[in-house]
Amino acid sequence: MGFLEVKDLKVHFPIKGGIFGRTVDHVKAVDGVSFTLEKGKTYGLVGESGSGKSTTGRAIIGLNKITSGNVTFEGNDITANNRSRASFRKDIQMIFQDPYSSLNPKKRVIDLVAEPLRNFEKLSRKEERIRVQELLELVGLSPESILKYPHEFSGGQRQRIGIARAVALKPKLIIADEPVSALDVSVQAQVLNFMQEIQNELDLTYLFISHDLGVIKHMCDHIGIMYKGRFVEEGTANEIFESPQHIYTKRLVAAIPEIDPHKREELKKFRLEVNTEYEQAYNDYFDEEGLAYGLKPISDTHLVALPEKG
Amino acid sequence: MAEKLLEIKNLKTSFRIRDEYHAAVDDVTLTVNKNEVLAIVGESGCGKSALAFSIMGLHTRAKIEGNILFKGEDIANVAPSKLNKLRGKNMGMIFQDPLTALNPLMKIGDQIGEAILLHNNTLSKSQRREKVVNLLQKVGIPRPEHVFEQYPHELSGGMRQRVVIATAIANEPELLIADEPTTALDVTIQSQILDLIKDLKDDMDSGIVLITHDLGVVAEMADRVAVMYAGQIVEVGDVLTLFEEPLHPYTRSLFNSIPNAHGTQDKLHVIQGIVPALQNLPRSGCRFAPRIPWIDEAAHEEQPILHEVKPGHFVRCTCYKHFKFPEETKEEQHHGVS
Ligand SMILES: Nc1ncnc2c1ncn2[C@@H]1O[C@H](COP(=O)(O)OP(=O)(O)O)[C@@H](O)[C@H]1O
Ligand SMILES: Nc1ncnc2c1ncn2[C@@H]1O[C@H](COP(=O)(O)OP(=O)(O)O)[C@@H](O)[C@H]1O
Ligand code: SF4
Ligand SMILES: [Mg+2]
Ligand SMILES: [Mg+2]
Repeated sequence: MGFLEVKDLKVHFPIKGGIFGRTVDHVKAVDGVSFTLEKGKTYGLVGESGSGKSTTGRAIIGLNKITSGNVTFEGNDITANNRSRASFRKDIQMIFQDPYSSLNPKKRVIDLVAEPLRNFEKLSRKEERIRVQELLELVGLSPESILKYPHEFSGGQRQRIGIARAVALKPKLIIADEPVSALDVSVQAQVLNFMQEIQNELDLTYLFISHDLGVIKHMCDHIGIMYKGRFVEEGTANEIFESPQHIYTKRLVAAIPEIDPHKREELKKFRLEVNTEYEQAYNDYFDEEGLAYGLKPISDTHLVALPEKG
Repeated sequence: MAEKLLEIKNLKTSFRIRDEYHAAVDDVTLTVNKNEVLAIVGESGCGKSALAFSIMGLHTRAKIEGNILFKGEDIANVAPSKLNKLRGKNMGMIFQDPLTALNPLMKIGDQIGEAILLHNNTLSKSQRREKVVNLLQKVGIPRPEHVFEQYPHELSGGMRQRVVIATAIANEPELLIADEPTTALDVTIQSQILDLIKDLKDDMDSGIVLITHDLGVVAEMADRVAVMYAGQIVEVGDVLTLFEEPLHPYTRSLFNSIPNAHGTQDKLHVIQGIVPALQNLPRSGCRFAPRIPWIDEAAHEEQPILHEVKPGHFVRCTCYKHFKFPEETKEEQHHGVS
């Protein structure tokens, strides 16, 4: 049994239309994805914008309604809404992309970080203050920060306040949705290092969502590639980056700029080949609606949405 | 011999903050040749956009000192009316945020059409339309005829950025300034857009100033690289030299802080502290010194200047000779190396 299992998850949003506001169609934001997170590991969810990454993350934590499928956390079905919700709400937390808008600007740091504690634990004022100061120390902010407001911090510091909030209840799983995409390079390094440190310290599992493949490769053990609400490929970081099998993944990986100026020509040629293959094989790899087929295993860890034989 | 297109000499761009001017671009000297991509890298707040805006003459309230020669003519402080002529025809700019560049109330097709009309009124309306549709197609916009009739808010971020690029290259400018043109885009789209910029350079011999913090993009695109910190150029050199032997501590710190899909770092280097706000910038001594506090004070120069260490490779100051990361220092102590 996996730590977190997502089975055939679908999240369809209704499109309303006409004068009666009836549902005329659906956006199939997530359209049948299955994957398993291992405890203490980092699972990366990659894909271009609009491919359904955030919706997947939000559905797991209950921020988006699940259309069908299920999510099992440590053996408990957490799709069955309301039931045992409170207990897992403590265990699963989320970090958001934008450290500017995800913190309430009118609240002081102490209230921001203590908020989850107040919801779940009965602490005295003094205990609460100590806990918040410990958390701030953990994320590398001075204990005196507790009386400040979010605007008094830099972007990286704000993201760390967000992380302090997320780890306040000692969660087991953190869903990090583009946690460093809005940050400057040096700050990004700081937050990524920090996330790795607390992962070891607190034995955390991450679902790490990003469109930045450099960041994904740096952080993740396993990776799922999403396209139009479905998975096109899943494997270890090594399998995805060194031997991608689906034409979509191949094209994605080939598009990453190499940090070696000597490789320009080689890469240009390679991209041309990959793009040609992509165009030629497109109709084999995607159905009439341009959607990927189901995943088929090609090794214990590597799964690919290979063409249906027909 | 490379033909000079743009020469920036001792440029100083200052903003007024509480009755005092503070330089965001401080004594920058740079050249861009025809058929060349000059990349400018640095963290946010280092003055890259302020530099780009100075070249384009887009600052409304800044004090600009020094010279900006475009094909030999000084445009640093020319009248806006004259600059308007140059802009758009001979110079194009891609902005970091596509929304600042687009008029929300105007159809996409009309915006690009207008940019063309401003510099070329020999085309008939239908010829102009055809040209716009071609441009939209060129920047990879599906169904260009349809997008022609749409408004900016109806497009996704990636599509808007392509429209901005189409506008910037509409008149085949001799100089293109691209300010983080692909930062918010997915890699496959990024790759298409970088190809377009390369085409402009190859087909038109244009000079390109490419501002980015993505070192992969630099490695793929640049002929030369300038590293900017706190308003100053701290290192300039050709791309191979800079990637093989980066010298300035800031350049090396940047290189070590970025995760790369082809790299294998375990732990990223964190540059301590932040880029100071303009009014807090140290104006004497080394501006980067506060961010490498483990380096002995005495090692820094009083007034670091750019030295040419190899033909075409300039480094501000000499500290690089002694510079080490704390990790390296620790390791040496560990192995008992003196
Ligand atoms: N609340 C919503 N209502 C309707 N459509 C939505 C909603 N949230 C997301 N979508 C749509 O679902 C698709 C997937 O979005 P998202 O999960 O945000 O993608 P990603 O995070 O990969 O960029 C997109 O087409 C998006 O417009
Ligand atoms: N119009 C302005 N007025 C005052 N300060 C400004 C203005 N534009 C930029 N600055 C300041 O100048 C410095 C450089 O900014 P910018 O050129 O935008 O940096 P970059 O593009 O490298 O991120 C920053 O400290 C910024 O706050
Ligand atoms: S010695 Fe020089 S450039 Fe180097 S960090 Fe110091 S003064 Fe700066
Ligand atoms: Mg998202
Ligand atoms: Mg900028």
